[in-house]
Amino acid sequence: MATETPPPAKEQHRLPSPEEFAEVQQSAEFGELRRSYRSFAFPLTVGFITWYLLYVLLSNYAGDFMGTKVVGNINMALVLGLAQFLTTFLIAWWYARRAATELDPRAEAIKSRMEAGA
Amino acid sequence: MSPAINPAITLAAGEASEHRPLIISLFAVFVAATLVITVWAGRQTKDAADFYAGGRQFTGFQNGLAVSGDYMSAASFLGIAGAIALFGYDGFLYSIGFLVAWLVALLLVAEPLRNSGRYTMGDVLAYRMRQRPVRTAAGTSTIVVSIFYLLAQMAGAGVLVSLLLGITSDGGKIGIVALVGVLMIVYVTIGGMKGTTWVQMVKAVLLIVGALLLTFLVLLKFHFNVSDLLGKAADNSGKGAAFLEPGLKYGATGTTKLDFISLGIALVLGTAGLPHILIRFYTVPTAKAARKSVIWAIGLIGAFYLMTLALGFGAAALIKPDEIIASNKAGNTAAPLLALHLGGVDSNWGAILLATISAVAFATILAVVAGLTLASSSSFAHDIYANVIKKGQASEKQEVNAARYATVGIGAVSILLGALARDLNVAGLVALAFAVAASANLPTILYSLFWKRFTTNGALWSIYGGLVTAVGLVLFSPVVSGKPTSMFPDADFHWFPLENPGIVSIPVGFLLGVVGTLLSKEEPDTMKYAELEVRSLTGTGAH
Repeated sequence: MATETPPPAKEQHRLPSPEEFAEVQQSAEFGELRRSYRSFAFPLTVGFITWYLLYVLLSNYAGDFMGTKVVGNINMALVLGLAQFLTTFLIAWWYARRAATELDPRAEAIKSRMEAGA
Repeated sequence: MSPAINPAITLAAGEASEHRPLIISLFAVFVAATLVITVWAGRQTKDAADFYAGGRQFTGFQNGLAVSGDYMSAASFLGIAGAIALFGYDGFLYSIGFLVAWLVALLLVAEPLRNSGRYTMGDVLAYRMRQRPVRTAAGTSTIVVSIFYLLAQMAGAGVLVSLLLGITSDGGKIGIVALVGVLMIVYVTIGGMKGTTWVQMVKAVLLIVGALLLTFLVLLKFHFNVSDLLGKAADNSGKGAAFLEPGLKYGATGTTKLDFISLGIALVLGTAGLPHILIRFYTVPTAKAARKSVIWAIGLIGAFYLMTLALGFGAAALIKPDEIIASNKAGNTAAPLLALHLGGVDSNWGAILLATISAVAFATILAVVAGLTLASSSSFAHDIYANVIKKGQASEKQEVNAARYATVGIGAVSILLGALARDLNVAGLVALAFAVAASANLPTILYSLFWKRFTTNGALWSIYGGLVTAVGLVLFSPVVSGKPTSMFPDADFHWFPLENPGIVSIPVGFLLGVVGTLLSKEEPDTMKYAELEVRSLTGTGAH
């Protein structure tokens, strides 16, 4: 393997200094980005984990309820299991959409300013 | 040690030996194709970023496919289908946990990790900590988690081939495990991350197509009436309606119910701490592409797990439970047996379908095994060799060579362990890897990224504490000794009643991170945290 050859030239951006990072971390603009990310991702994480654990507990301790027939041989357990799939797909889609509109533009603005050295 | 010979299995083996040229050709075609890819990728591998991260030039979709290929292991295909075939609804929990877990990776880990790390999980864990101790810890837990996972894949490989080629001798099974080991060493040493990624993409497509085919055939048999399929599965299982309800495997006693909760927690928190999954996010150029990879992965993996439902219940409906158990105690061969029955046990179609599905499963194992080996040898070379032993003074060439040597060592270890684990359910084994990952890795990843006060001491307590607790509890669990299904059925030194340690070891890992931090006098490096925080959220300065 020709590992000794230098890596191909990739776009090199200026790496900001530690002081610049510290300054940006304290800025209102970054605070807004962090708040916007955390206030969305954290509660949502708590939410889907709670919903998942609820499902696990129901499977364990609510056998009669889970065995209730819904349609034909399809019971509550299967419906709730499939509901976990559905909510996973929906949350993934929701996060992606929200990240694209709320987070990406803010992150991009900070990054390009820092790497340009302004 | 050789399992009881069941008439249907000898039949399968007989059919198989009649079609042995076909089976061997299918295996050989896949192996040859992947070797070509590997050599091609090897030629393009010039620097460390190529070897570790595939040059960071894959698209979000490509990586999403590769992530799925890396994740849908023998545990998913063979293990879950088998668990559903034997225990009905309780097998389904695996699918749900394995899928929901991706949200943790999507919301909290993938993008910050992509922005702040370079080649390994240790890059993020050690970012604002003292490098040598934290990298040593990260490297250790990466290797332990990957070896647990490797074990499961090796067990799956042995099982498959014994079914296919009618090899029941221990020597034959061990020979196959050794062959898998040698192939994975070749993939990783020559192809690096680029080769491994392409192999995983090819495998993901094959697996999804294979599962689609079987699902279609199962549904066709029941005229696309899912309720009929479920009803037939319940009848044929001999368990009646209980087969479709939770509790068959885990509902027996208070202890097994606790085991179910433990498994559930380990599954949902494990994914975002699996090193071989995490390093996949370094193969794309930006955090946005990493996000896209996860979105694709969730779609593909979710669709696949929905199909395993049809496979598992299909196997339960069409094959007698005794036959599944006789073929493999843990149910690992249910999916290939299903293929045989769908094609017709006495017909050529049955044999051809069996061979095809087995080749797909074999491809699955090879690709996952390559990903795991790459993760552990990368971490050895980058975290332990370059940053601890050489204190950051190693050249790129030395580092990549160290990774290649480590690959050979890890290959040898997993061949040895794989031979021991061949009769355990592969989904159960993988669940242990998830528990270890969730206990030792996830707490430190989250604290590092989001908790300003977190210190080196906290990281070490959390990684080692979580690791020792999880592995220790497994060692003294019924998985290893004390039950007929244990790894050592003749010995009994188990005192921990649960098979999965997650319910204890995961809280321990999280708690120790806090205790270790609060007890240390060390001040957190606020400048480094500022850098990590800004970088992880914006991508400024990312590699």
